[in-house]
Amino acid sequence: MGSQAERYKSGVMPYAQMGYWDEHYSPKDTDLIAVFRITPQEGVDPIEAAAAVAGESSTATWTVVWTDRLTACELYRAKAYRVDPVPGAPGQYFSYIAYDLDLFEEGSIANLTASIIGNVFGFKPLKALRLEDMRIPVAYLKTFQGPATGIVVERERLDKFGRPLLGATTKPKLGLSSKNYGRVVYEALKGGLDFVKDDENINSQPFMHWRDRFLYCMEAVNKAAAATGEIKGHYLNVTAATMEDMYERADFAKQLGSCIVMIDLVIGYTAIQSMAKWARRNDMILHLHRAGHGTYTRQKTHGISFRVIAKWMRMAGVDHIHAGTVVGKLEGDPNIINGIYSICRDSFTKKNLQNGVFFDQDWAGLRKLMPVASGGIHAGQMHQLISYLGEDVVLQFGGGTIGHPDGIQAGATANRVALEAMIKARNEGRDIWNEGPQILAAAAKWCSPLRAALDTWKDVTFNYQSTDTADFVPTATPA
Amino acid sequence: MRITQGTFSFLPDFTDAEIRAQIDYALEQGWAIGVEYTDDPHPRNFYWEMWGNPMFDLRDAAGAMSEVLACRKAHPQVYIRVNAFDSGRGFESTRLSFIVNRPAQEPGFLLKRHEVGGRQIQYTIESYAVAGAPEGRRYAERPD
Repeated sequence: MGSQAERYKSGVMPYAQMGYWDEHYSPKDTDLIAVFRITPQEGVDPIEAAAAVAGESSTATWTVVWTDRLTACELYRAKAYRVDPVPGAPGQYFSYIAYDLDLFEEGSIANLTASIIGNVFGFKPLKALRLEDMRIPVAYLKTFQGPATGIVVERERLDKFGRPLLGATTKPKLGLSSKNYGRVVYEALKGGLDFVKDDENINSQPFMHWRDRFLYCMEAVNKAAAATGEIKGHYLNVTAATMEDMYERADFAKQLGSCIVMIDLVIGYTAIQSMAKWARRNDMILHLHRAGHGTYTRQKTHGISFRVIAKWMRMAGVDHIHAGTVVGKLEGDPNIINGIYSICRDSFTKKNLQNGVFFDQDWAGLRKLMPVASGGIHAGQMHQLISYLGEDVVLQFGGGTIGHPDGIQAGATANRVALEAMIKARNEGRDIWNEGPQILAAAAKWCSPLRAALDTWKDVTFNYQSTDTADFVPTATPA
Repeated sequence: MRITQGTFSFLPDFTDAEIRAQIDYALEQGWAIGVEYTDDPHPRNFYWEMWGNPMFDLRDAAGAMSEVLACRKAHPQVYIRVNAFDSGRGFESTRLSFIVNRPAQEPGFLLKRHEVGGRQIQYTIESYAVAGAPEGRRYAERPD
């Protein structure tokens, strides 16, 4: 085999020639496919750049090695098979790369990501690189647990149907004593919220140690349940320095009868999967706060798109994930958010380039992940929130509950009345997008807390241009 | 107190026309209507008594509405709810559930605290109405 001898001659050879580019390759059903946005350095051929990404995220190194010939290397080489210019973005390319199933360990997000994002993002011939989307084969999905509880079972456990769930994050997020903190939880739950939440950085600080917080919060949860006849919850954040600490906190939450615990994305993929398995074993809903994601998801040219993180988290097995509000204070183009919500909630997600979804994704029976909308939203936006986000979502009004002029209970009641009035109107066939303000005004006639909320926040919007937008149609951020 | 279980408990009690509009919506989605009643409103009493099976073959809101009225006539003094069941793959569960009848007086719940070691408390929620009388005698007749 003269050509093989030539191929494995010592020295440096373009990645495309080493076998990491194959324009005729047709991905198998069992292949994992990734689409990257590649920005090559000046003078670097996009096909060679794509091949380099394929190489560096699978078997290659910078030079030819003869030890390849001891392996079924053709199979293990990832294959870039398609490179398209990004519409309206000169110098950027969408590159599609297929990976054989055997490159990955079953049920391990850590292993999956060590390959796909492990090495390539600092690669010198690229100016920038972004992982836009992935198609996970059914064969691989079936090796993951998926959400410990899922939307359907969560609703059945909570006995709450037909409307978004309502939550709030306790504020100020740092500094309250445990006893004062529990007061906020009780008032908000009694006033009408389903959940209250620890913030991402509430762990166990000098002003409030975790055991003390858990004890007071569970008093608040149970007292509010007795006052309303409803099941209530508080996301007890068990994020800590070590797995041992997290298990200790989660076990204590369970012992106290909490229905839900919470973790932060910064604990890492392996810790998240461990907690998801713990949650499944212990009948616990697992809330994930996406702390830190903005460092790598927001800019379009470099990092990882949040839709990929959402996919990984559905596989890893959390039950709740913060996924954008569209109308609030945090990043969120309507189409991109729509795409992320489909990834969380669909049984089969259809390819939809306008929403940033590059592939059909069969979810193989993995349970559904409840998206959470949080950050700068208030009762006056209820019609927009329901129109954009639908019904299977937790709407979290932190400031919009606790900052109410008549108190926390009034703030919670305003949100709950606005929500129920809007769902009722929608079900009656009314056009809530256009008639929303009148529907809210009519409810405010008999509900003074809602009237006060509308008066206080009526003009508050966060009308900035989104950074992470779709490439296939121009879109604007709604007011 | 007012028990706030169900999709619409923070709104004023629905008129029959409002109940029917929600049933219409559920039927349009292809869901089956079921009527259930109970005099045990504990939040974890998941199994209310069924006023017959869910009406899988009934696509007419008037028919479902007549079951609601019949249940209310037979049990005027207890909680009645309308459920909508979705048999679609990926749901196979309740999609809407709202209270359409409630007792005139709702005494609410006692929160029992059982103190155990280490400052821990085991909580139990107990309905005053359920604790006070056996099934069927827990709520007074409506003072019409």
